[in-house]
Amino acid sequence: MKIMVAIKRVVDYAVKIRVKPDKTGVETTNVKMSMNPFCEIALEEAIRVRESGRAAEVIIVSMGPQQCVDTLRTGLAMGADRGIHVETRETLFPLSVAKLLKALIDVEKPELLIMGKQAIDDDFNQTGQMVAGLLNWPQGTFASKVVLDKEKQAVTVDREVDGGLETLCLDLPAVITTDLRLNQPRYATLPNIMKAKSKVIKKYTPDELSVQIKSDLEIVQVTEPPKRKAGVLVSSVDELIDKLKNEAHVV
Amino acid sequence: MATRAMLGVFRKHSIASRIASNYKLLSTLVLAEHEGGSITASSVSAVEAAKSLSEDNSVSILLAGSGTSLKEAAEHAASCHPSVSQVLMSDSDKLSHALAEPWARLIHLVQQKGSYSHIIAASGSFGKNILPRAAALLDVSPITDVIEISGSHQFVRPIYAGNALCTVRYTGSDPCMLTIRSTSFPVVPISDNARSDAAPIFQVDLSTFDEDARGKSRYVKQSSQNTERPDLGNARVVVTGGRGLKSAENFKMIEKLAEKLGAAVGATRAAVDAGFVPNDLQVGQTGKIVAPELYIAFGVSGAIQHLAGMRDSKVIVAVNKDADAPIFQVADYGLVGDLFEVIPELIQKLPEKK
Repeated sequence: MKIMVAIKRVVDYAVKIRVKPDKTGVETTNVKMSMNPFCEIALEEAIRVRESGRAAEVIIVSMGPQQCVDTLRTGLAMGADRGIHVETRETLFPLSVAKLLKALIDVEKPELLIMGKQAIDDDFNQTGQMVAGLLNWPQGTFASKVVLDKEKQAVTVDREVDGGLETLCLDLPAVITTDLRLNQPRYATLPNIMKAKSKVIKKYTPDELSVQIKSDLEIVQVTEPPKRKAGVLVSSVDELIDKLKNEAHVV
Repeated sequence: MATRAMLGVFRKHSIASRIASNYKLLSTLVLAEHEGGSITASSVSAVEAAKSLSEDNSVSILLAGSGTSLKEAAEHAASCHPSVSQVLMSDSDKLSHALAEPWARLIHLVQQKGSYSHIIAASGSFGKNILPRAAALLDVSPITDVIEISGSHQFVRPIYAGNALCTVRYTGSDPCMLTIRSTSFPVVPISDNARSDAAPIFQVDLSTFDEDARGKSRYVKQSSQNTERPDLGNARVVVTGGRGLKSAENFKMIEKLAEKLGAAVGATRAAVDAGFVPNDLQVGQTGKIVAPELYIAFGVSGAIQHLAGMRDSKVIVAVNKDADAPIFQVADYGLVGDLFEVIPELIQKLPEKK
């Protein structure tokens, strides 16, 4: 079977972001970009399933400007077999991404779609659930453990929920979104980085996939969060308790 | 029968408000989660958010499940908030666990009958799992983690782990779907006599509820972390430990202090990954978002992802050996010192909780 993994190019998680002075967004030129950390986990999981012999191929997909190809190369160097790039310059909200993914799934017919639970730039946490809904596939969101049973055509997923862990069993085909603790993604080795250069990345446009990019959300402005007023350093526990009691009135 | 009753409520309401104003009528469906016969505090916050969309908003609560606990929860929902105008109860075995597949179908069904202008859920693991799926079925873009409602279709939400705030306007067709951050919509406790009249409860007609969604996903089990301490999401005081605690054994000191303060215990990702505590205690971008009155962080460096989960706390106290730790930049009171000395001293010197 095939596994499809959706990956997103985002501002590197370690970068301290800056809001543009004109409030139209966040500065992304000359800023280090990387694969979204949750997507790395999704890809790692897909590769592990293939390495265990339960999948034949891992296809990675990314959507956005030309530079997404760099992110796809990183994924190919980690071990994905081939890539698909849907090139668009428009802002893509999760609904459009979900529709594009559905169109690609109709073409490629994977039995499992694995993706991160959220992108660390827009923090939406929607795309996986939406594509599952569009496909009418079952969903296993916020997965911290995935066990694939090829014979039963099912996958057991442990999900991180508010009160602890929940275990679900999903019939394939299914959509899984990954939480942080699912695995530890590998680093690409130099030979694999070289090998990745010869792997295929197929290009599509939204038109070729007959997907209309819907724009029912409009970004009005992006601003900096209010600053907290500077605090004070205290020198002893007694002073701390005194401040909490008499100044902050919280104990 | 239930449908007719539902429509009746709308008709009456819509005529009244059309006379009252020229504004478009708002009617909101709140997706509620229930546990042990009452709806969760975060679901009540979602009702509070619905109220702040417009004072003139007819708020319906949608509940699903089966058996007596559902009925009890429906009664609780009917009187939990003065803004609730009706409770829709969906009683079915298919809905006894909050699985996304049947729930999304249910929302689709209820929306077709009720034509709500807004659908809201709290952004816990329940709402985040279900609402986007339902939105896809309705072909609308949902908005996650709203912290401020600045108009019936304009909202503020944090992006980049809370390092920027984004104002978005929804320009699509109804319903406008959102999940709200419950700490941003605190519920003012209502006195008993404020709500003597419980809102009516209707059964949702599930006869057309298709079997389609069934069987593709099955609930297996739940392993919950039972603690006697207050719930992390709603606690007045939160005591958090990071990697600086060094071991699970040492984390007990944090628990002891929390007990003394009547506080909930939180942790950083580093502490969870090191196996000191289970992951449902994690505070941050990928864990829980808290905004207590007092947040005390021990051995927490203050990574961006952690700050995203607690920066809205009223008073932040940080105890860390490293005077340059970023946590001190957001702390109201900082103490540079060894937490292994500070915690026992605090436990000893703090006044007993009332």
